Amino acid sequence: MTKGSNSTNGYKVIGTRPIRHDGYDKVTGKALYGADFSISGLLFGKILRSPHAHAKILSIDTSAVENMDGVKAIVTSQDLPQTNWTKEKDAIMAKTKVLYKGHPIAGVAAINHHIAEEALKLINVEYEILPAILTAPEGLDPSSPLIDETKKNNISNHVKHELGNIKKGFEKSDVIVERTFDTATVHQGYIEPHNATVDWNSSVQDEKVNIWVSTQSSFDIRGRTAEILHLDPSKIKTTPMEIGGGFGAKFDPYACPVAALLSKKTGKPVKIVHTRKEEFESTGPTPGSNIKIKIGATKEGKILAAEATLAYEDGAFPGGVVSAGALCAFATYDIENVLINGYDVLVNKPSTSAYRAPGATNSNVGTETVIDEIAEKLEMDPIEFRLINASKEGVRRADGPKHPSIGVIEVLNAMKKHPHYNEPLPEATDINRGVAIGFWMNGAGPSSINLSVHPDGRINLIEGSTDIGGSRASIAMMVAEVLGIKAEDVTPSVVDTDKIGYTSGTGGSSVTYKAGVAGHIAATNLKKSLIERAASIWGVSPKTVSMENGILFSTKDKSLSISLKNLAKDLNDTGGPIISNGATNPSGAAPSISGHIIDVKVDKETGKIDIVKCTIFQDVGKAIHPDYVEGQMQGGTVQGIGWALNEEYFYNNDSYEMANPTFLDYRMPLALDLPMINTEIIEVPNPAHPFGVRGVGEASITSPPAAIANAIYRITGIRVNQLPIKPSLLMESIKK
Amino acid sequence: MATVFIPSLMIDMTSGKQRIEVPGSNVRDIINSIDKLYPGVKGRLVENHKIKPNISVAVDGEISPLGILEKVAPNSEVHFIPAVGGGAN
Repeated sequence: MTKGSNSTNGYKVIGTRPIRHDGYDKVTGKALYGADFSISGLLFGKILRSPHAHAKILSIDTSAVENMDGVKAIVTSQDLPQTNWTKEKDAIMAKTKVLYKGHPIAGVAAINHHIAEEALKLINVEYEILPAILTAPEGLDPSSPLIDETKKNNISNHVKHELGNIKKGFEKSDVIVERTFDTATVHQGYIEPHNATVDWNSSVQDEKVNIWVSTQSSFDIRGRTAEILHLDPSKIKTTPMEIGGGFGAKFDPYACPVAALLSKKTGKPVKIVHTRKEEFESTGPTPGSNIKIKIGATKEGKILAAEATLAYEDGAFPGGVVSAGALCAFATYDIENVLINGYDVLVNKPSTSAYRAPGATNSNVGTETVIDEIAEKLEMDPIEFRLINASKEGVRRADGPKHPSIGVIEVLNAMKKHPHYNEPLPEATDINRGVAIGFWMNGAGPSSINLSVHPDGRINLIEGSTDIGGSRASIAMMVAEVLGIKAEDVTPSVVDTDKIGYTSGTGGSSVTYKAGVAGHIAATNLKKSLIERAASIWGVSPKTVSMENGILFSTKDKSLSISLKNLAKDLNDTGGPIISNGATNPSGAAPSISGHIIDVKVDKETGKIDIVKCTIFQDVGKAIHPDYVEGQMQGGTVQGIGWALNEEYFYNNDSYEMANPTFLDYRMPLALDLPMINTEIIEVPNPAHPFGVRGVGEASITSPPAAIANAIYRITGIRVNQLPIKPSLLMESIKK
Repeated sequence: MATVFIPSLMIDMTSGKQRIEVPGSNVRDIINSIDKLYPGVKGRLVENHKIKPNISVAVDGEISPLGILEKVAPNSEVHFIPAVGGGAN
């Protein structure tokens, strides 16, 4: 293990902090985002959405709009391919029933968005309103209305993990704590709304649907739009624009098929940009949940049994995240007897989607506050208690597989020794300290990288991974490391789906891992080709040629040496261009562990909660570009703090309407609300990756809510059982 | 023979057995071997010659990107676990 943000471990590029390749364009406004995109003949689309949470559609009358000045086309579900009707098509535009407030019903294209908006008001939809449900416990109630009337209940997915004998484990336990928690629906809160511009070229010889979109996965957009519209994937070209945040929410095609249908009807390109209200009401938040956690331990501090029952909101369609929540619930601990039941429950809200470590924060707030309570009952230091029970490589997880290399112990030890943990608290009784740890398993997936040599010796790097957190820089740095050149001598580009092999999405903290492997393959092959070319020019064996620091040289003859820059000038005259590809679908993504120490202040007169000091520790494998690793750690922490203290979908229960669909009322933490988020990078290299990489984008969100709740307990004596921890609720508890 | 861990929600199909040792050099062979012992298991795991999209197969602790084509050693552990959805992968 190495600790610190500047460890290069003998690397020349990896572990340094070069300026990101896309930085200049980003800070000068030259970077092109979806809303900036324009094309000749562009029309503007708007989507009519359901005002009801649950209702049958009796009729849709568009006649008043059809001849409206400036309106060019109207589409409804009838314009989608009608054969093989799927839930995915129903999600794009409802056919017979609306399942949440905001469910799309129709699309309009007009010469400007004002006319399109006015046109929406003239579409007459008759509804038969049905009773609605908003929470997972409501959905589990047998008397609740069915969201999908073809099913027996609202449970769309049940996962169960079992280890050992849970009953015997609790029987042998000296201390048992059981608690129930409710967490609110929260949104990823990215700055840039979803958007798509689509141009459907319908010419018989060369039919092509061009999509310019803000997405975490251009290939997912291509594939899913192709399925919905019954097109061959090769007929769609998706160009990923720069992306203003996603955090897991930008995988779904949402407006793409609607814009495509409008474009097909008009023969013109159509752009749709969501409003913030549409983002909240009609894209995928992360689920609210009901979490039951029961943990038993011996008086010596060994956990013998742990049980979790997790009920997560699915939203209107299946595809929830309870599987991940169940996997992560106790993954940081070595426990012999475990039982986990997880349920995704259909409710009348927009379909949930991923949000940093989807599902893990929900279960972790339960686990880590109960762990804290047991440590307190045993009069043990909370980090020491966790260390006694810490999981490690080879320990079997509740879902079956054994852990690969994992840094729980390293993170806990770093926390225990850290000045923040050991410094005395202020004498004031309204400030105290809480700790918690968290887990994310990380993912991988297919990835493709193409390299070529510019005439000036720089390396052209083409990739398909949308750059959401600095991956252009990190992949370029890994390529540069292999070639022995500077990071700035690699020029990375993220390209459209016609210009690179299949590349899976930027999610699951997978990109630096999988694209790093692909980049390593491509760079290794490129280096081999360059060596062979130099050897060919010199008439020597490639085995006697080496390449270091951008210089190719003979290991036998000191007079034979050429820089990559000079060799590049002559490539065309010495055999032709040199290119190289790396394509892979690697296994071996290893988990990342987070830990938080958070000092919290509670105003006992008002219940207002402030974060006084915060330090995050995270096992990152190897930090390729420490700035971006720290950025992920800080960003996840801030989102976890928002989830803990401020954020929630607040519903008017009479109309099932979200009452706070703006950033004014959906209160996310701002810089002024927070102290500096201190970072401690812990490096436990992943042996499966050529540079030891673990994904770093997710674990950081999982532990702040529990750390804050644990600190609040130490101030108020109240064990929090609800997120967000609102001042009003805290005051009610304090008064009791 | 490889040891296959049966998911909790499928042990009703394997007479309550949580672990089964079966022969096979890859995941496809393993599933076919289980299906001979406990007919119907294959249908729960496989669709169109692929592992179902809501299931992941892990061999010796690693989620396999190859699915039924993943090689299995005589002493391997094979797990069928719920696929993690959303942005996780």
